Amino acid sequence: MKYVDEYRDAALVRKLADAIARATTRPWTIMEICGGQTHAIVKFGLDDLLPKNITLVHGPGCPVCVTSAELIDHAVELALTHGAILCSFGDMLRVPGNTIDLLTAKARGGDVRIVYSPLDAVTIAQENPARPVVFFAVGFETTAPANAMSVLRAARERATNFSILTSHVLVPPAMRAILGAADNRVQGFLAAGHVCTIMGVQEYGPIAREHGAPIIITGFEPVDILEGVLLCVQQLESGRAEVENAYSRAVRAEGNVHARRIVEQVFEIADRDWRGIGVIPRSGLAVRAEFAAFDAARRFRLTPAASDASTECISGAIMRGVKKPQHCPAFATRCTPEHPLGAPMVSSEGACAAYYRYRHRTAEAEATAGV
Amino acid sequence: MPTPTLNSAAFSSCPAPRPQRSQITIAHGGGGRLTQDLIDRVFRPAFAAEALDAQHDGALLATRGVRLAFTTDAHVVTPLFFPGSDIGKIAVNGTVNDLAMCGARPQWLSAAFVLEEGLAVETLERVVQSMRAAAAAAGVTIVTGDTKVVERGKADQLYITTAGVGVIEHDLVIAPSSVRAGDAVLLSGDIGRHGMAIMATRAGLAFESPIESDCAPLAAPVQALFAAGLEIHCLRDLTRGGLATSLVEIAETAKLAIAIDEERVPVTEPVRGACEILGLEPLYVANEGRFVCFVPAAQADRALEILARTAPGGPPALIGHVKAAPAGRVTLRSVIGAERIVDRLSGEQLPRIC
Repeated sequence: MKYVDEYRDAALVRKLADAIARATTRPWTIMEICGGQTHAIVKFGLDDLLPKNITLVHGPGCPVCVTSAELIDHAVELALTHGAILCSFGDMLRVPGNTIDLLTAKARGGDVRIVYSPLDAVTIAQENPARPVVFFAVGFETTAPANAMSVLRAARERATNFSILTSHVLVPPAMRAILGAADNRVQGFLAAGHVCTIMGVQEYGPIAREHGAPIIITGFEPVDILEGVLLCVQQLESGRAEVENAYSRAVRAEGNVHARRIVEQVFEIADRDWRGIGVIPRSGLAVRAEFAAFDAARRFRLTPAASDASTECISGAIMRGVKKPQHCPAFATRCTPEHPLGAPMVSSEGACAAYYRYRHRTAEAEATAGV
Repeated sequence: MPTPTLNSAAFSSCPAPRPQRSQITIAHGGGGRLTQDLIDRVFRPAFAAEALDAQHDGALLATRGVRLAFTTDAHVVTPLFFPGSDIGKIAVNGTVNDLAMCGARPQWLSAAFVLEEGLAVETLERVVQSMRAAAAAAGVTIVTGDTKVVERGKADQLYITTAGVGVIEHDLVIAPSSVRAGDAVLLSGDIGRHGMAIMATRAGLAFESPIESDCAPLAAPVQALFAAGLEIHCLRDLTRGGLATSLVEIAETAKLAIAIDEERVPVTEPVRGACEILGLEPLYVANEGRFVCFVPAAQADRALEILARTAPGGPPALIGHVKAAPAGRVTLRSVIGAERIVDRLSGEQLPRIC
């Protein structure tokens, strides 16, 4: 397949792995931000190709994982007690809230529908004018433009029964939070290529400079990821901390100006509660006051509730790169994709799900061997 | 911008209690681990039959010197008609194929219909005509049936349950327990067309070359393998849960390891493209006309040559081998040469966010 196969070329992958091995003289810990990258690393076995002293840790870039349990409770409430048609991307349905997940809400009679685009939810609103229709708008900078467009379209076409339940999060503030934490191990980043496709690369320069951490804008295929690792190692070895773009086939310095304008029109920067991590100031997007009618939280007066924090999930430590999935005592025993204790075991982009799916028996072996 | 400060205590916990599974969710019907859970916890203890414990596509029965295979399958598909197939064709081929995978020659089928009040008779006629054509193509006769009607809203247009009986005309035991280390794993054709045809229709995705379901009867290629005198060890059609789930089920039941090579698994370009767009893996996508066949490695070439002539969706491929250990594990050599574990699907494959 064009634009895919050339980035999965076995010979090129081997060449890059060799170059990384030659460039590495000391141990380095590098975090890939995006859950899509985590899955590619584990699925293709890329970390097995790296020298032993390179540690890849997995970042918070999994939209499902960082969406607060409280917001899932709100989605459940909308479907079960407000009679709303709750539209969502598929992988949000299995993530547990404080009480139940959306699949269970569906089993209890809630009208929960999987859609592939927020614009489909606007169409559903137009087809069901007598019922409130809510799109569960989660995600990073990548999904924000389409979610903003759904609000603009609903406003333009007077789909007044449409609204979004939103919990957008932003990557750069999370990177600052990770680097600023006392127990941080991360020395360099593979930044999420798709996020940069929308937002450009300007935000990353100050982070690299202030924290002395190289940041490589990286794609999602094996060749992309190993190129990102190679550039990152070369910077670390030579004491540099710069922003480099290893995904130039998709990312321009200024990003997608049109998409950014749409996002700024509908959303404004706000504090955000990251599941398992806590509140990070100015780390998310909220609907602007002029579009309040399309903001489900305001429209249905959804009130914040206390979260039950009584489980043994260590997702926060995993998403900051402090621990790996197999370090969790519940991993693959009490916590599995069918009975997840935390969100990273649910999503196809969650680090725990990736480890479980592709290597949980390996992790068992490592644990036995005391690694 | 100032560096945000974090409360370290918050890192240690994730507010996610165990979800309640006291009710059936859609994921229980996905053919993966939750479906297996229901079988193990609810059905098998209640029915406690030896034939059930074999965990096969159908039951292998013997009476007065005649060996029979018996199976049943319920069909609920939205939409009823989709590129390449429809609920009627699937209802016939699903049961025909389960019998074929038991090593039997499919003979007789029953069909029970649950109809929703208000369904157009013309729709029912289209489905029934499709069943007639599928039965003729597979060489089976629909010999008995039943019809029930439920109130509007109590069913989604039309559900069909078929059952079937087939005759086993050889002495082989076609089952995971017959699989041996060293066996070749053959795949009858390219994977993923059926699941992606349905998903593309539901999602309203339009591709340059539309993906059509692979729904087809598999009795003829299986009978051809037997006619050639090959020592078939196990057969399994790839339905819900896809190739990955079928291989894991066989490896676990046989207590052997299976190693496959990703590059050898045939997937058409449109299916690969659609999977990439939706973030799905072809290995887990449903099929309705493909199967895996376990034969001694020395017979692999002959089996492939027969499958190439008789199996739908060719060319067939040798995708891997059976190994003695570790028991129950399926591994895959990825296109870049690294090895990873293949697990069964948990719940349904859900398209991801970004």
